Amino acid sequence: METVKLKGGSPLFDKIFKIAAAIAATYILALITLIVFQLITGSYQIWTQEGISFLTGSDWNAVEGSESYGAAPYIVGTFVTAGLAMLIGVPISIGIAMFLSELAPKFLRSILSFVIELLAAVPSIIYGLWGMFIFRDYIRDWIEIPLNNVFGNNVWFFSGTPFGLDIFTASVVLAIMIIPTIASISREIMIAVPNSQREAAYMLGATKWEVFKMAVIPYSKSGLVGASILGLGRAVGETMAVTMLIGNATGPNAFPSSLFSPGQTMSSIIANEFAEASQGSLHMAALIGVGLILFIVAIAINIVAQLLVSRVLKAHQGAVLA
Amino acid sequence: MITIEQRAEFRKHFRNNISSRQAMDKIVKGIVFGCVALAIIPLGSILLEVVRQGAPALSTDFLTQEPGAIGSDQPGGIGPAIQGTLMLIGMSSLVGVPVGVLGGIFLSEYGNNRYGNTIRFFNDVLAEFPTIVIGLFAFIAIVLTFGSFSIIAGTFALSIIMLPIITRTTEESLKLVPVTYREAGYALGIKRWTVITRILLTSAKSGLVTGIMLSVARIAGETAPLIFTILGSDNFFMAFDQPMDALPLRIWRLSLLPYDSATMQGWGAALVLILIVLTLNIGVRYLFLRKRGGGRFRITAGG
Amino acid sequence: MEVEDLESQQVDKMETITKVPTAPKSAEDPRYKLIAENIVASYNGIQAVKGVNMKFRERAVTALIGPSGCGKTTFLRCLNRMHELSKNAQVTGKVLLDGQDLYSNKEDAIIHRRKIGMVFQKPNPFPTMSIYDNVAAGLKLNGVKDRKIVDQIVQGCLEMASLWNEVKNDLKKPGMSLSGGQQQRLCIARALAIQPEVLLMDEPASALDPIATQKIEEMINELKKEYTIIIVTHNMQQAVRVSDYTGFMYLGDLVEFGETKQIFENPRNEITAKYVQGQFG
Repeated sequence: METVKLKGGSPLFDKIFKIAAAIAATYILALITLIVFQLITGSYQIWTQEGISFLTGSDWNAVEGSESYGAAPYIVGTFVTAGLAMLIGVPISIGIAMFLSELAPKFLRSILSFVIELLAAVPSIIYGLWGMFIFRDYIRDWIEIPLNNVFGNNVWFFSGTPFGLDIFTASVVLAIMIIPTIASISREIMIAVPNSQREAAYMLGATKWEVFKMAVIPYSKSGLVGASILGLGRAVGETMAVTMLIGNATGPNAFPSSLFSPGQTMSSIIANEFAEASQGSLHMAALIGVGLILFIVAIAINIVAQLLVSRVLKAHQGAVLA
Repeated sequence: MITIEQRAEFRKHFRNNISSRQAMDKIVKGIVFGCVALAIIPLGSILLEVVRQGAPALSTDFLTQEPGAIGSDQPGGIGPAIQGTLMLIGMSSLVGVPVGVLGGIFLSEYGNNRYGNTIRFFNDVLAEFPTIVIGLFAFIAIVLTFGSFSIIAGTFALSIIMLPIITRTTEESLKLVPVTYREAGYALGIKRWTVITRILLTSAKSGLVTGIMLSVARIAGETAPLIFTILGSDNFFMAFDQPMDALPLRIWRLSLLPYDSATMQGWGAALVLILIVLTLNIGVRYLFLRKRGGGRFRITAGG
Repeated sequence: MEVEDLESQQVDKMETITKVPTAPKSAEDPRYKLIAENIVASYNGIQAVKGVNMKFRERAVTALIGPSGCGKTTFLRCLNRMHELSKNAQVTGKVLLDGQDLYSNKEDAIIHRRKIGMVFQKPNPFPTMSIYDNVAAGLKLNGVKDRKIVDQIVQGCLEMASLWNEVKNDLKKPGMSLSGGQQQRLCIARALAIQPEVLLMDEPASALDPIATQKIEEMINELKKEYTIIIVTHNMQQAVRVSDYTGFMYLGDLVEFGETKQIFENPRNEITAKYVQGQFG
């Protein structure tokens, strides 16, 4: 900025301002580094004590003298609930996104986008409360018990005693919670598909669905995968609703034995047991260790998702196709 | 080359009966409609139940009293929880807003380089961190270091959750300000920081406010990080280094108690919380987002 | 001779450049492949095409020219019911293909679009499909299953689009790997594959360099032996080079329509004259 210097006036303010802004931005990097560092030091004790069996073991015993910790059931529980939530949530979200981007008339479009955003704005704890006192009864009486009656004896994942607070309920509520995320990003990605693609398909004599299948889906596939993975990241890290609905089993019992058995996820075991763990104890180190695993899983999922989504949306902005 | 005879021959292979394709089209449309309904039903049910179950709990005492003995004739209220949530919102904004806005300015005005891209990327990653992990971090960094659960620790955790949202919305609002505004400022010989603070931030004001309000709505509903930081309390605010209550935390505690009166209080607290969150959200939409596509100015609830 | 009735229509029009719909003498006149009757098209309630009547001769190229925003592209998109797909778009009027009104049945747009192929301003091949699949896309959609027939059509259409020699060894490569001009010819092959009777081209060479443009124009001259072609262009030299008839549109009206030679050398309307002399645009 030559002119600035020529006009006099101290460039010092400029410098200070730039440095302040740079510090604020760097704070973000510092935080992430610190979080990693603290989680590692905070859980150091459990890694030296249990070693690899903290990842593979399933015992969870906090009684002093016979302490033993293995996080495997919670890791599995996290993936099972998040996976189920994806299985339910992704198709519905893509359907909603398709409706919003391809089918809905204008007035419905804005109303529905608003509803979807409200769904995203409802705090997790309220989903938990609703799941615990309202949804639980419905899902138990209308879905779980009938499924159990029909398939319970033959298909293992429908066996057990439906109780309403179990892996299935937690997964369904989790699915409801990730739908807004996946649906709204997918909608953006579908809108980013150039109209010329749709027109090409229409010109060949395609129906709406065929246009979608032929022009929209292939063009936006990687972005839709990214949106879904972003939803997976949310599902993996989600705490309160799951904690309130999953039934909270510990130890080997927490391995999912059927959809209708109580389980536990990484985040729910931390939320549930934190109050019982005394500071500096091995129990606390174990919970922080679970936090570290959760962190690594969530970050890995997220980085993949960010790369996929941003690449697609960027390609749209530059009107270049990768 | 294709001769006319060939073309006639080819046309015979085209299927002119499209009824099955049109039926498929209708089926898919039906399924898609079903998906939309499936998403709306839970939202309707949640809003309905929160109002239906929560409204009877509301009273002046409920909103202003400290919690009493659940199950007795003096169940008390959620006064400290409301106070805590409001204090947390205020204090977190005090930290999160300036840092986030500065960070956003850096990304937009000085961040067109590798370092800027790195920060932008990690900012997006931080925005998707499980909030329970941020709570654990605040616990180790603040609670363990200073020896007590406190509203300070809660503020620290929530400000980290706000930060990436504000940084991102600030950057994006600044980028929407036309380049000509900047050039005009520089051409007049105005210093860069003046251009940024006087011209750019003023023009980008509505985007900034949107980002701030959405991030506030988000942290107002956060529960998981509070478990490890403010712990919960039955008393009104005493000191900054003491445990504190907050609405989401209170709802959780109440939901675990086996009394109907506790459940009812939980619904009441949920109604208050959802009113705060939705007011902020809908307010933002009507104030600032009417013309804009929405884009990334979106809020999501946290754990 | 043939142009006479066109001209007589136009004389009416020249009096008042407004929409005085002139009834076509005979909708079933076999010499006309496609007849547009009183087409009115609008976006968001604003009329872009204000009642245009036009007849398109079989095996001839008709060019639509006019300044940008004159409604020529919108009119073109009405001819294969593409306009109604845009948001907040309305169309009224008739489009007769061999005497049959495309707008008579709301449901049959899907079948009708197939009979009237379209090439767009920017090449828009399906990015995830190979060259072969791009051309075969419409065949699969319309139930052509016989592999041999599909192979024949793909080769024939690529030949007609004068692309075959350049890609015959790379049919499995993605369509996006081609140059811009090749992509546009691929899109033409794709449009030809569904065996349309009319080919609409919306400024097909506007995104291309001169050499690629020349190839496209040569191809149009070949194609007109078999097809009825309607081309929108903002390039007047191009209209002169490729078309037999030219319609000049201005502010949503068809101002003048006649043989290309006449329109450019001896325009009867003042605005047309100004436009073809390059005085505005």
